[in-house]
Amino acid sequence: MATLREVKRRIKSVQSTTRITKAMEMVAASKLRRAQQLVEEARPYSDKLDLMLSHLATASAEDIPHPYFEERDVTKKTLVVITSDRGLCGSYNANVLRKATEWLEANKAFELEVVTVGKKCNDYFKSRQWTVVENFSDWAGVINYDKVHDMVKLLTNRFLSGETDEIDIFYTQFISTVKYKIVNPRYLPIGKPDVDEEAGFNMDYIFEPDPESIYDAILPNYATSKMIMAVAEAIASEHGSRMMAMGNATTNAEEMVDVLTLEYNKARQAQITKELLEVVAGAEALKT
Amino acid sequence: MFRLSIVTPEKIFYDDDIVSLVVPGTEGYLGVLSNHAPLITALKIGRIEFRDTNEEVSILSVTNGFLEVSANTASLLCDAAEYAKDIDVARAESALEKAQAKIADYNNGQKDIDIKEENLAVERAKNRLKIHKENS
Repeated sequence: MATLREVKRRIKSVQSTTRITKAMEMVAASKLRRAQQLVEEARPYSDKLDLMLSHLATASAEDIPHPYFEERDVTKKTLVVITSDRGLCGSYNANVLRKATEWLEANKAFELEVVTVGKKCNDYFKSRQWTVVENFSDWAGVINYDKVHDMVKLLTNRFLSGETDEIDIFYTQFISTVKYKIVNPRYLPIGKPDVDEEAGFNMDYIFEPDPESIYDAILPNYATSKMIMAVAEAIASEHGSRMMAMGNATTNAEEMVDVLTLEYNKARQAQITKELLEVVAGAEALKT
Repeated sequence: MFRLSIVTPEKIFYDDDIVSLVVPGTEGYLGVLSNHAPLITALKIGRIEFRDTNEEVSILSVTNGFLEVSANTASLLCDAAEYAKDIDVARAESALEKAQAKIADYNNGQKDIDIKEENLAVERAKNRLKIHKENS
């Protein structure tokens, strides 16, 4: 049986861990609130843009070609993987990285390159055989619009200049505090917007100046908005995962303290019994 | 009366019934009243003016936007919108200086600068300053 002092030291160390995990849980919870709010605030813009694009496609009857829509024979693919900068968030990063690696393995027939978002993912892909074109890290747990614009600029330039034929993203979609889904949408070329069949109202639109110029103006914004959503959702998921992971760690540590306290009390009792026995035995010895 | 919603990537900026709207279309300023024919247009950097149901006129600056009018609803998507009175003059001035310095660098041979972007930045800053000056 462990000595009293040893058990006491362990209880102390577990307790201080609990304090840290509890604090981290609370920090993550408050960051999550902010991140969740950002996702919700970004959604209307993205939804309206989808709708506008679909109306544009419905109303401008003929198929209008645009560089952003261009479907080429794919030989080169780019994968954007979004993870966090820091760890201690449960299986959040590991899950995304596993799925992304599976995807890369499955697409080995193409020329592949990776754009990493977040330090974790950069470290992971750098240490393996994949080509990392560019890394965007140091987000400090919030979305940085300038950085997203830089990302979009890099990706669209690569696509438009023919350095890559298709861009896909891996990120974690935020569904609720306890639920996340890893999604893998195609980023570029942009799929032709769905024609809104049931748009009952008058589809006889006036375009100023003409659909081509409106596509020119709208599609870069569409690309940016999609990336903002992806990063915002990934960041919200990161904080959610961290909150959960730290919550679990706190519960586990508290359980451990209970077990150790029991052990401590047992050890103490054993020691007292032993001392009593010694005293009694000593007294007996004096009597005779 | 018709609905106007102004939405930026960061938030829903405005969402209420209004009486009239004037926006900077690519071919010049255009006005929208209720029951306007369906319309989709890109917007230039400029000023938006609308009159709400209390006959109160609001003026704001807009950057990089689109307007769709259909079924008596005007949806205006833009990168940034600010009420004339809320425009941060100091920020606009510093943005203007920064962009002008960059353009000067470009003219002095630093060709890695995105001149298109800097020219736009100058235009945006000037637009903000102008709208603020005219309406305060």
